[in-house]
Amino acid sequence: MLNTTYIQKTFLILVCLLSAGISYGQKFRSEKGLITFFSDGAIEDIAAENISAGSLFNVTTGELVFIVPIKDFKFQKSLMREHFNEKYMETEKYPKSTFQGKLSGFSLSAAGEQKVKATGKLTMHGVTKDVVIPGIAELSDGKIILKSKFMVRLNDYNIEIPTLVWKNIAEEIELKIDFTYKSL
Amino acid sequence: MRRNLLSIVFLLSSPIVLLAQEDLLKELEKSTPPETDYAFQTFKGTRLVNGQTVETKAKNTLEFIFAHRFGAINSGAYEAFGLDHAYVRYGLEYGITDRLGIGIGRNSVDKITDSYLRYKVLRQSKGARNFPFTMTAYANFSYKASPQTGVETIDRLAYVGQLLIARKFSPRLSLQLMPTIVHRNAVIQSTENNNQVAVGVGGRIKLTKSVAFTTEYYYRVNPHTGTTNYNSLGVGIDIETGGHVFQIVLTNTLGLTERAFITETNEKFFDGGIHIGFNVTRTFQLKKK
Repeated sequence: MLNTTYIQKTFLILVCLLSAGISYGQKFRSEKGLITFFSDGAIEDIAAENISAGSLFNVTTGELVFIVPIKDFKFQKSLMREHFNEKYMETEKYPKSTFQGKLSGFSLSAAGEQKVKATGKLTMHGVTKDVVIPGIAELSDGKIILKSKFMVRLNDYNIEIPTLVWKNIAEEIELKIDFTYKSL
Repeated sequence: MRRNLLSIVFLLSSPIVLLAQEDLLKELEKSTPPETDYAFQTFKGTRLVNGQTVETKAKNTLEFIFAHRFGAINSGAYEAFGLDHAYVRYGLEYGITDRLGIGIGRNSVDKITDSYLRYKVLRQSKGARNFPFTMTAYANFSYKASPQTGVETIDRLAYVGQLLIARKFSPRLSLQLMPTIVHRNAVIQSTENNNQVAVGVGGRIKLTKSVAFTTEYYYRVNPHTGTTNYNSLGVGIDIETGGHVFQIVLTNTLGLTERAFITETNEKFFDGGIHIGFNVTRTFQLKKK
């Protein structure tokens, strides 16, 4: 009798775990997330904005993913955008950047700004690296606001700057993330 | 029994956690509506060799084009194999919108002033909207000031209508087809047609991220039976550096505008009637976005 109950319980746990892949936990979604890119070059500073990033955040498990369509970075000069897509990011070959990982340090019940960090895999230009990205999360009106600022070394992602472009682009660029999540 | 079950639960659950993360990315991908990706930089510049490409200048950008051709290589040592002579065209092209451009230029050959409009009618795309090629319509109007006297104004004019159809097959390879008609108001009736139909073919292969090989050939469909001219052929190397595009070309024509290189090419490429030349462009952003 005891054994049967135990088997039943285990079975329930198994079912729960198996269904995890389909839907598990409380999910939040961010659409039109803002990604800004800043390169402090020797000759000119280059800045770009992308408001097409999408992200999902599972608060229960801490899982966080985001996708950035590379072609949607908008520059001040149209030629910069052409070069960015054609020469540096090779957008036709690698149209998207993704992040897949876990956010730690976040609680739905805490008030005010919370220091968080996302640990996982960042894929850019077809290269995947393990990264830890620090950030700040805040709850407001049931929405989660997630902000982060971090540096990326172009070398790490095999992004080569053709020597003919000289020193227009910094070797390390600053990325800023600003996502607002709504409950799904 | 208990241990066994626990280990089964453990074994089963560990890949599931990983799977869940994969699925979250997939879920995000699925829930993002498909977008349309338009082909960009089918060619590096607005010129393939002598003629046009499907490219238009982005809105509010101004391109300064300086093109020049030396004399023919087979003109001999006395002419320094053509290097003693240089024929030039200075031009400006402005992007009114991302798809509509206007241009003007002055050619030293025959003192031709040419002006044109181009409009990108169709854009190659994939994703939500799939379309196989880019098509730009091009119209050119030119005035030949040479000779200075003895010719009526109306006889100095020529018109060009052209469709530029290109496909970027891969980041490295783009090909272009250019059906063209050139109408000149005055021609030598014994050797030339007022209306000359031609079909151009051309393309580029990128050698590195900043260097490309280009080629272009214009075939005259209805040359006059008494024609003394030839079809124009050109090859070039494009080198892109920031806001500049340098093109080094070899071609059998001095013409730097359609009326000239389609209907007035009088040298044979494979007899050494080849001109070395350069096209240099500089793009200026007039208004920031």
